Amino acid sequence: MLYRESGQYKTSYISDQSIFPIREDRIGIAIIGLIALAIPFVASDFFLNAIMTPFLILALAAIGLNILTGYAGQLSLGTGAFMGVGAYSCYKLTTIFPDVNIIILVLLSGIFSAGIGVIFGLPSLRIKGLYLAVTTLAAQFFLEWCFIRIPWLYNYNSSGAIEVPERRGFGDIILTGPSASAMTQYFAVLGIVVVVTLAVKNIVRGRIGRQWMMIRDMDIAAELMGVRPLTAKLSAFAVSSYLCGVAGAMFIFFYLGAAEPSAFSITLSFQILFMVILGGLGSLVGSYFGAAFIWGLPIMLRAVLPAMGIDIGAETVFHIATMVVGALIIFFLIVEPHGLARLWSLGKEKLRVWPFPYG
Amino acid sequence: MDILYSILVDPFVQMIDLPDFFLQVLWEGFVAGVLYALIALGFVLIFKASGVFNFAQGIMVVFAGLTLVGLHEKGVPAYLALILTIGVMGLLALAVERFVMRPLVNQPDIILLMSTIGLTYFLIGFGEFIFGGEPKQMIASELGLPTGSTAFEIGDGGLLILQHIDIAAAVIALIMVGCLAVFFNKTRIGRALRAVADDHQAALSVGISLNQIWAIVWFAAGIVALTTGIMWGARSDVSFALEIIALKALPVLILGGFTSIPGAIVGGLIIGIGEKIGEIYWGPLVGGGIESWLAYMIALIFLLFRPQGLFGERIIERV
Repeated sequence: MLYRESGQYKTSYISDQSIFPIREDRIGIAIIGLIALAIPFVASDFFLNAIMTPFLILALAAIGLNILTGYAGQLSLGTGAFMGVGAYSCYKLTTIFPDVNIIILVLLSGIFSAGIGVIFGLPSLRIKGLYLAVTTLAAQFFLEWCFIRIPWLYNYNSSGAIEVPERRGFGDIILTGPSASAMTQYFAVLGIVVVVTLAVKNIVRGRIGRQWMMIRDMDIAAELMGVRPLTAKLSAFAVSSYLCGVAGAMFIFFYLGAAEPSAFSITLSFQILFMVILGGLGSLVGSYFGAAFIWGLPIMLRAVLPAMGIDIGAETVFHIATMVVGALIIFFLIVEPHGLARLWSLGKEKLRVWPFPYG
Repeated sequence: MDILYSILVDPFVQMIDLPDFFLQVLWEGFVAGVLYALIALGFVLIFKASGVFNFAQGIMVVFAGLTLVGLHEKGVPAYLALILTIGVMGLLALAVERFVMRPLVNQPDIILLMSTIGLTYFLIGFGEFIFGGEPKQMIASELGLPTGSTAFEIGDGGLLILQHIDIAAAVIALIMVGCLAVFFNKTRIGRALRAVADDHQAALSVGISLNQIWAIVWFAAGIVALTTGIMWGARSDVSFALEIIALKALPVLILGGFTSIPGAIVGGLIIGIGEKIGEIYWGPLVGGGIESWLAYMIALIFLLFRPQGLFGERIIERV
C-alpha cells in the first residue's frame, strides 16, 4: 500500500536507469536528507562532534573498503593505513598550499592514497583470499612505520603527531582547527560524503562496477569473458583507497583535530572491516548501517549501562562494550550473514506486499 | 656506490667481523621463530580440521597466560593453576564449538574468519574485564622453568649467551610437536582428525562426529596457546600487546602453507631469524624498527613466486 512500484510507468530509458526508480524511495531519500540538514539545529555539539561527524566519515571509509571487499572480492586489512596516507598527504598539502580551500585539498589527498593502494594492490593479480589479506597487512605495518619514521610527513614536530592548523574557506568561515564550530565541520563532512557516495553509486552501477562484480563472483570466468583482471582489480584498489584516503583526511581535519600514527593502527582497519561485514558486503546503504552500528553501539552502551543503575567504572564499561561488540558480531553473523543491508531489503519486500501476505 | 656498499657488502663484513654477535643474533631469531611457529601451529591445527582461519589464536595465547597468572594471584598453587587453566581452555573450546562453529557450519570462509575476529574482540573484553588491562609477570619460576643463562666462549674471547628459559622454550616446543605428531598418527582421535581434514563429508559418512572433532581441535589449539603464553610470558610480560605480535604468525603460515605442521615450524624459523638479521644488519640503514613489517614483506615477495607456500598443497582452480 505504502511502498509499491506498481503503476509507476517508465516511458524512457533515462527514467528506467535512474538511481532511485521508485517514487517512495525518492520521498524517503528526501526525508533523510532533510533530517540530515536539520540535525545540527536541534542536536547538541557533543552529538554532532562525537557521533554524527565520525559516523559519516567512517561510513565513507566503510564504503571504500566495501568497494574492494564487497564489490571486487579482494579482502583487505590495510584500510587504516590507507586512511593514514590520506590524512598525512592532506596535512602536507595544506602546509605547502595554505591558501587553497581545505575541502579541495581533502579531495585531492585521496589521489595519493589511491596511488599507494594501487602499488599494494599489485600482488592481487597473482594471489587472492586470505593470502591477499596478509599482503595488505604488509601495507598496514609498513605505512604505519613510515608515519613514525619519516619526520618530513609530520613537519619535524617534536611530538611526532600532526596538529591540524586553522583553515578558512567560503568567505571567512573557520573550517578546521580547534576553533571551528561543530556545525560547520558537520556540514563540510556531510557535503563531501553525500557527493562522493553518489559518485560511487554511479560507478558501481556502471561498466566498471559490473566488471568488479564479475571478478568477485568468479575471476577466471570473468577473464574468459573479456574482463581484464589487471584493470578491474587495480581500479578497485584505486577507487577504494581514494575513498579511504578522503575519509582519513576528514577523520583528522574534521574530527580528531590532531593525531598520532597510532590513530591509523590495525584496530581501525578491523573496525572498518566489521562495519562492512555487519552492514552487508556489496551494499552501499549497508556501509552506513554498519558504521552507525559499530560506532554507535559502544557509545550507547557507555551511556545506557550507568543510566540503568549499573554503576561501574568507565574502564569496566569500556571492557564490557568490547565484549558485547564481539558477541554481537558473532550473533549477527549467525543470524544474518548477509548483514544489515539484507534485513533492510527483507523489510522492503515485506512492506511491498503489506497488508496482504502474498503480493 | 656508497649506498650499494652499505646494502650489499657492509652487513656481511660486520657478520664476519663479529661472529659471536652474529651467532647471538641467530639464536635470538631462532627463539623468536620457535614462538612464531608455536602460534602458527595453533592456526594450522584448526585450519586443517575445519577450514576456519582462526584469527583468535593470538588472543587465546594472551587469555591462557592471563588466566594462569590471574589464578596464581588469587592464591592457587602454580601447578594447580596450570591444570585449572587447561580446564578453562577446554571449556572455551566447548563453548566456541557450540556457540560459534556449529551455527556457522557451511558458511563462506570470510564469514568464518569474521566470526573468529568477533571472538577475538569478545576475549579481549572478557580478559580485560576479569584480569584488568595491565601487563602481568609470568610465574615462570613457580612453574619450575629455569632462569639464568649460560655463556659459551667462541673464537678469541667472543661470548654467546644463551638464556635457559629460551633453551627450555625450544625443547618444550620440540616435545609438543613430537606429541602432536604421535597424537595425529597413532591415536584413534588423531586418525579421525586427519580424516576430517581430508574430506568433511567422507568423514561424516564413516561415523566421525564433526562437532566432537572440532571441540577437540580447539582444545588442542588452546593447549598450544597456553604453552606459547607461558613461554612468551616468561621472556617478556603477559599483556594484550602480544596480540599484535601474534599477527606475525600470518606471514609464517604463508611461508609454510596453511595446512602443514612442518611448514609452520620451518616458516616460523625463517621469519624469526630473517627479521632479526634484517633488523640488526640492514635496519640502521633506514632508521631501525623495520621488524614491525619485514616479516610481511618477506612473505609478500615469497608469495609472488610460490603462492601455495613451501609445503602447501598445490592450488588447482576450475571454472
